[in-house]
Amino acid sequence: MTSGVGVTGRSRGEIADVLVSWARRNTWTLGLIGLLVVVFAITRLLQPNYGAAAIQGLAIAIVPIAFAAVAQAIVVISGGIDLSVGSMMALASVTSAVLMKGQGDLFGVGVVIGVLLLGLAVGAINGGLVVLTKVPDIVVTLAMSFIWAGTALLILNTPGGGAAPWLMEIISGPLGTPWLPKALVVLAVVVGLVWLPLRRSTLGLSLYAVGSNRLAAFRSGIAVGRTKIIAYVLTGFFSAMGGLALTATGGVGAPVPGSYTLQSVAAIVLGGVSLAGGRGGVLGPIIAVIVLALVRTDLFFAGVDPNWSTAVQGAILIGVVMFGSLVAMRRVRA
Amino acid sequence: MIDGAPDLLLNATDVAKHYGAVVALRSASLAVRPGEVHALMGANGAGKSTLVKILTGGVRPDHGEILVRGKPFAAHSPAEARRGGIVSVYQEPALIPDLDVRSNLRLTQSPIEATRHWLAELGLPELDLTDVVRDLPLASLRIIDLARALAIEPDVLMLDEMTAALPANLTERVLEVIGRQKGTDRSVIFISHRLIEIAAVCDRATVLREGSTVGVVDVSAGSEDRIVGLMLGDIARGGPVEPAESSARAARAADAVPRLTARNLTVGTKLSDVSFDLYPSEVLGVVALEGQGQDELFDVLSGSERPNGGDLLVDGAAVSFRHPADAIRAGLVYVPADRAEALLMQRSVRENIALPFTTPFGAWGPIDVSGERRKVDKAIATLQIDTRAASEVRRLSGGNQQKVTIARWVAGGVRTMLCFDPTRGIDIGTKQQIYQLLRDLAAAGAAVLLYTSELKEIQLACDRAIVIFGGRIVAEIAVADADEATLLRAAYDLRPEELMPEEVASAAVAVEAADTGAAADTGAAGPA
Repeated sequence: MTSGVGVTGRSRGEIADVLVSWARRNTWTLGLIGLLVVVFAITRLLQPNYGAAAIQGLAIAIVPIAFAAVAQAIVVISGGIDLSVGSMMALASVTSAVLMKGQGDLFGVGVVIGVLLLGLAVGAINGGLVVLTKVPDIVVTLAMSFIWAGTALLILNTPGGGAAPWLMEIISGPLGTPWLPKALVVLAVVVGLVWLPLRRSTLGLSLYAVGSNRLAAFRSGIAVGRTKIIAYVLTGFFSAMGGLALTATGGVGAPVPGSYTLQSVAAIVLGGVSLAGGRGGVLGPIIAVIVLALVRTDLFFAGVDPNWSTAVQGAILIGVVMFGSLVAMRRVRA
Repeated sequence: MIDGAPDLLLNATDVAKHYGAVVALRSASLAVRPGEVHALMGANGAGKSTLVKILTGGVRPDHGEILVRGKPFAAHSPAEARRGGIVSVYQEPALIPDLDVRSNLRLTQSPIEATRHWLAELGLPELDLTDVVRDLPLASLRIIDLARALAIEPDVLMLDEMTAALPANLTERVLEVIGRQKGTDRSVIFISHRLIEIAAVCDRATVLREGSTVGVVDVSAGSEDRIVGLMLGDIARGGPVEPAESSARAARAADAVPRLTARNLTVGTKLSDVSFDLYPSEVLGVVALEGQGQDELFDVLSGSERPNGGDLLVDGAAVSFRHPADAIRAGLVYVPADRAEALLMQRSVRENIALPFTTPFGAWGPIDVSGERRKVDKAIATLQIDTRAASEVRRLSGGNQQKVTIARWVAGGVRTMLCFDPTRGIDIGTKQQIYQLLRDLAAAGAAVLLYTSELKEIQLACDRAIVIFGGRIVAEIAVADADEATLLRAAYDLRPEELMPEEVASAAVAVEAADTGAAADTGAAGPA
């Protein structure tokens, strides 16, 4: 992802150095990409005609959960956790669906902006409560998840409302080649526009610093409380993106949060984000979401009982994370 | 000492801080001139760390005035202290473990080229800024922290035990660079337990005792004794404490087998080549300033940490502990200073005392309730534990909690007890009971190793004492000679008083100037 930055004007050797150092720092992500290739190969074996159309379907299905994973990754990197991601997505989804139903395109744009602002506000409430009340984050966000879920049901108690046609258009179908789904492009553009500049700013460093070692961060002159609130605000923003994606993919508002919160936690763990904070990125969790979705597809094609397939996904999660820690331990000893 | 204020870079006067009824700082003052390296000294509990916290923005003073370059200084956080002109280098490096060095510098908006320059000056010219902090050794982190602070060019640079954990060659470079700050318009506050470094690099020293500034000394050859005298205050002139009565202090048989023997124990950079014997029926005191390796020693003996080298013998047989359970099986039981490390705070006194003898994995069957009750009752009676709030240990007083920690081992029968500052923060009456209990245990044949931060406890409870400085044993002192002044001098690695006249002291400083790095080795009046 970062390999393309500043390629012009550099010798081939320098580019190689940059690539090598990126690879050394992102071994987990590289490993995940390898796993993705393996899982995709298995998919092709099981289902030889798995092609462009199927990939588009997959892309549309994963966009909401991918945004949820990015949202969760940011707050966990900063040393917190947010159990209200799914509920915030539901709230954003029903708000956008109710407001957009039967309205024009321009109004729809206004709604999208408004819902994103709502996400920022909801995230700020979560973060403010965690920082100011000093109640553990897991308690605050669990409680808030009930509140946001209830609010979503008050707004819309069954799936309904509507989505602006352009919003549905923007993530369906391919872009140029049939192998490149628009949904993935939208995901990459939104995450890239927010995350890449952030990652390179002092604020981004502060997120990692606070999650890595609070005392050292405080002594380095970082406003720890403010940084934590900003992490929750960003989580609120990406949860709202996830909610909009739900509306866009379904065409209606989804008032029940489903299992997005726990899926987002699973994805970041598989994606190399440390639950202790300070380590990981957002590319890993996104790839993890794709891997988990493909595994589900494979198990379906292989004719495995759906109840078993859930258990298999859990086993894969534990297996991969255990394998990762084993490799890390070996490396420390060597 | 209070010159015209404009001449002073930092001028703190009459600074006080109370925590409830506890007075941490009574009236401290600190005046630092521009271009000066100024030592801040004080024994345990003198208020040094509180003053440091106030100057770094960690704590707000109750009253008092602090001026930096004539401007009032008040900070709520290290960031504000930095804007006010004071930058600190802490004992724990303030670097983010998961970021690389360059990101750490960007995080604090430190100039990268200037930091590189200072890294080279401090002996780390080839450091790769893309290295992740977590992967670097502690000594490098402390150097990076110092280089970063120097690059910011603060008015006042405060260094807290800067040379701890540094190898000799880096220590030398650090002292040389600090010395170069003299004569600039900036100043350094230097906090160290190593008097020899203070003599080598500092111009003046401010000494705190019991929360007040008791003197400012011009540092020159032979001023170490003056500084230690100021830290001790009246105690140095006061009469000796009466040693505790004990019948157990009979002379050891020449062929007695030590209960516990340490041979050349080494733990990282914190503890090197420590050897001693602990005999049955004795209480051996351990004296050390903070952070001289005593924590690591007790971690090794209690099985929480494994040594890098050396041998441990129990009753003459070599042992190796992989887990505290191994140490307990070998009869070595541990009483930590922090009761929260040892007790289950939400559980009852009874359960806490019974814990060690209900936990063996091999015995998962039903607990022998009546046998347990007998042992627990006996221990409660022996230690006179107040059981009115017995249902939850956290509701007991600190003293009673510590008694529960000791009682759990007494109930099972003690062979060797390792006590790490067991009377910290405990009322005087309970302290007396604990001293008596340790003496009684020794009289009954147990061996006790007692580290204490209160020097007078050595004469109250011990038979002899070893002194650790810079990770090595530098002295062994018989209890009759172990008055507070002698112990404190030994703890600062100064020679005994009769050897201290000018010529010896200046010789020590001359040696120091020639080879600063060997600070920890010089004057080691070691125990053979």
